[in-house]
Amino acid sequence: MTDERDHLMAVAGKAIAAGEGPRIAAPLPVNAATISHWTEAMGERNPLYAGPDAVAPPAMIQVWSMEGLNRDPDRRVRLPVDDVFEALDEAGFTGVVATNCEHTYHRYLDLGEELTSGTRLTDIAGPKRTALGDGYFVTWNVTWYAGDEPVAEMMFRLLKFRPKTSATAADESRNVGAEAAREPYPLRPAVNRDTAFFWDGVREGELRIQKCGDCGILRHPPGPVCPTCRSTRRTHAVASGSGTVYSYVVHHNPPVPGLRTPFVVAVVEVPEGVRLVGNIVRCATEDVYVGMPVRVTYQQMDDELTLPMWIPVEA
Amino acid sequence: MRVVAGAELPPLAIELTPTVVISTAIATRDFTPVHHDPAIARAQGSADIFLNILTTMGLVERYVSDWAGPSARFRGLKVKLGVPAYAGDTLTFSGTVASVTESETLIEVIGRVSLGPHVTAQATLTPVALG
Repeated sequence: MTDERDHLMAVAGKAIAAGEGPRIAAPLPVNAATISHWTEAMGERNPLYAGPDAVAPPAMIQVWSMEGLNRDPDRRVRLPVDDVFEALDEAGFTGVVATNCEHTYHRYLDLGEELTSGTRLTDIAGPKRTALGDGYFVTWNVTWYAGDEPVAEMMFRLLKFRPKTSATAADESRNVGAEAAREPYPLRPAVNRDTAFFWDGVREGELRIQKCGDCGILRHPPGPVCPTCRSTRRTHAVASGSGTVYSYVVHHNPPVPGLRTPFVVAVVEVPEGVRLVGNIVRCATEDVYVGMPVRVTYQQMDDELTLPMWIPVEA
Repeated sequence: MRVVAGAELPPLAIELTPTVVISTAIATRDFTPVHHDPAIARAQGSADIFLNILTTMGLVERYVSDWAGPSARFRGLKVKLGVPAYAGDTLTFSGTVASVTESETLIEVIGRVSLGPHVTAQATLTPVALG
């Protein structure tokens, strides 16, 4: 296993050190036909993208360098990332799922501009245990140029994983990136008639807050009676999913089944006006602070249970 | 009208008909069969054909641009990908103004399908003035 990792890291290290690969010319200049095909398909009606002075929609940037249908494998230029993908495939990490795509636009593009693009590998991380299987996260950057001027950039990250043998892998794709094993998670929430709406919401990817059916005040944790107007009619609102850390503890001891210590338990205040208790994950315990902006994420703990947790909002 | 942090964008639901999935894949010049050939998509373990990433980027831009109007300019678009958006599902966008400064406006967007969040995104725009 260590030999395998050393080999992969050596291949990746060479590719990272090689820097940006050859600049490849986009097959078509920025043009009105490709833009209008795109805006029609997307339902985009912004007048900026139509007429003789049209500019290209910025999210189209990668479209300009797509090779199209008639790809000739002999003519394809080899990129620094290709060595890494081949090494991962040979090691059995044949599955692939994209996790992040980030564009930076330096300026908008005019009709007739001819672009080139250069790609460089920037990072490899692993092996990581994910719901899809063990794998490596591979990150690369593409820069698009008009002449020598960089006009846009893209960071792209994907997971190359060793597929599990079971046919359920596709169903597990909802848990991309979560580093959880699929053994039954030992801590189960109390689901009852007062709280079922909350857990149903979590499964749907919604953070639901109980709302009085009469006076409309939000309350959490859920309960049968409105503490303000004593109504027993209740409904719920869907929170935006953002919040800030109101208070937290770092739990070191005693050991808790299903959890690795230390872990963070926080009270998170959401802009809708209530506070919720939850774990903060994908963040070093020492980096958590009161007032930290966080956003909810839904972690599938096992085949049945999904828990809402909180992750830092990226700067 | 000045835009303030915490304001919500009007939601947008897009029915992901096979026509939408296929026409957007082709409009982004992505001819990978899983985005237009159901038999190949199923043979690879997917439920059906599904949206390609270039389209996810495009639909997030369109959702924000519908609201921000033609005077705003995008500086960046960061996307985290979640569950696949299959043909036959509905993609529903919601968005919030996360922060407003003199030079930029940050919008947070979530696009959900029946399986959960398909995309979680942050769009950075120049200042937005709504008509």
